[in-house]
Amino acid sequence: MALLELRDISKHFGAIEALRGVDFDLDPGEVVGLMGDNGAGKSTLVKCIAGNFRPSTGEIRLEGHTQHFHKPADARERGIEVVYQDLALCNNMTAAENVFLGREPKKRFGPFKILDYPAMYARAAEIFQELKSETRPRDLVRRMSGGQRQAVAIARTRLKDAKVVLMDEPTAAISVRQVKEVLDLILRLRDKGIAVVLISHRMPDVFTVCDRVVVMRRGTKVADKKIAESSPEEVTGLITGAIRAA
Amino acid sequence: MTDTTQQPVATQDFARIDEVTALRERSLVQKILASQPFWVTIVLALICLVMNWIEPTFLTADNLFNITRNFAFIGIMALGMTAVILTGGIDLSVGSIMGVVGVVCGLLLQAEYHWLVAVVAGLATGVVIGAVNGALIAYLGLPPFVVTLGMLSVGRSLAVVLSENKMIYEFGPYAEQFYWIGGGAIFGIANPVWMLIVLTVVFAIAFALSSWGRYLYAIGGNEHAARLTGVPVDRIKMQAYIVSGLTAAISSVMIVGWQGSAINALGTGYELRVIASTVIGGANLMGGEGGAYGAFIGAALIEVIRNALLMAGVDSNWQGTFVGAFIVLAVLLERIRGRKSD
Repeated sequence: MALLELRDISKHFGAIEALRGVDFDLDPGEVVGLMGDNGAGKSTLVKCIAGNFRPSTGEIRLEGHTQHFHKPADARERGIEVVYQDLALCNNMTAAENVFLGREPKKRFGPFKILDYPAMYARAAEIFQELKSETRPRDLVRRMSGGQRQAVAIARTRLKDAKVVLMDEPTAAISVRQVKEVLDLILRLRDKGIAVVLISHRMPDVFTVCDRVVVMRRGTKVADKKIAESSPEEVTGLITGAIRAA
Repeated sequence: MTDTTQQPVATQDFARIDEVTALRERSLVQKILASQPFWVTIVLALICLVMNWIEPTFLTADNLFNITRNFAFIGIMALGMTAVILTGGIDLSVGSIMGVVGVVCGLLLQAEYHWLVAVVAGLATGVVIGAVNGALIAYLGLPPFVVTLGMLSVGRSLAVVLSENKMIYEFGPYAEQFYWIGGGAIFGIANPVWMLIVLTVVFAIAFALSSWGRYLYAIGGNEHAARLTGVPVDRIKMQAYIVSGLTAAISSVMIVGWQGSAINALGTGYELRVIASTVIGGANLMGGEGGAYGAFIGAALIEVIRNALLMAGVDSNWQGTFVGAFIVLAVLLERIRGRKSD
């Protein structure tokens, strides 16, 4: 049984069909590249999984149980985490504060509950070490490199034991050297048995870290195959429509 | 051959990483040296010393009592304003809120209600006006500048209408108690100053050690990010404007008690002095930066300079020019500092 199963997912926005009958399986510890041109339905699909959108028809099953996500917090509660394209970080705050934003640890202080900074710093340091990142909990995000920012965004998914991590274009806006850092982070998540969906336009990234590639075109899934059995040329053809399906 | 070429490369890499991380990790001393409130405090101390040298009556207990009481009213409002500015907003209506609250308190006292009723009604008025500002900004998404500019006008007009354009000075049977709240002193320090000190500590703790404080900073840093990570952005923004309305009301209750009368022009133009205080104290008008001590010390600096100018015999009508120039200077300073640290 797959970890995450999507069955016949469709999504309409008025007369526009953003997704049509998409089936998709994800196993634990699997890295799947999700590719497609702009408007192919990648983001819509991810938003359905993450609870931003409710699919018009179809079913989402996590570990065999049907899920109805009303908001992103529901999906997060069940172990589905998203790393957003624009990273969703606050530049004016430290790495640790960003990691814990929205779920800060607190301790009692007389009648009050105050933020537990020592616990925040300690846990964040632990996560960064686990991700083998140089990022330090007390550093301001404003002063960080693109790779370190990714580490902060990814560290958020490690607060609770996520089962599925969805990554939206994590390597789009960073330098070549930092891309390698991010791809290493993805492999570390995989080694912990977490399933990763990598949305990317960058063919080399997908062919470096993914086990499988899924190609979307005009709202439908046109290919779903092992990386070893595909090639960048074939995927490019599938994305543009030169190859109809594979 | 390979060994000798690899060795230097590795050590060089190490040195580079070390340099970079050393740059980021800042000690407490460095943090203090880089903070605007610290430098404002230094400037303030210097001005006091220089003034005392020129005019020995400057640092007398009497003058200090006056100066501290004068900036307490502005400082109290600047604390609430800081909460709003941290979210990237602005509250231009605080001066008008002062006016309405003062008139409400005055009318209730005149009608011979208990002083407690007047105080509670005054504070409630501030909260309600703040809540209207907050609801329009947070839930309807209107720009803070527009909403609070509108409220500046609405509030002032309400104050005039409610007071029937008359000064209220008949404070009824509970006048003495009410006068004491704003005009009294404990251990030689004026009550408004005590209020400012207590509120500064309360706000400093709330900003640094509560989720609410962290959320204010997060919203000012990246509102979209805050929303995505589950911060209740709309609720927090609304609360920031309520807090600003409340601090304006507290300040108003105290200033009316001190002056012993309520006029509908109370607080006219104060919004600028309040905003100037927060900005001079290091708050960033774009949001995400600022603090309670900055609001306190910023208000103090403006008042000390005003007082110094008066003592030096400069026409008090120049005050507006100085306050305006300070806002621009403080923002300029902040820009320069920001460029250096990035």
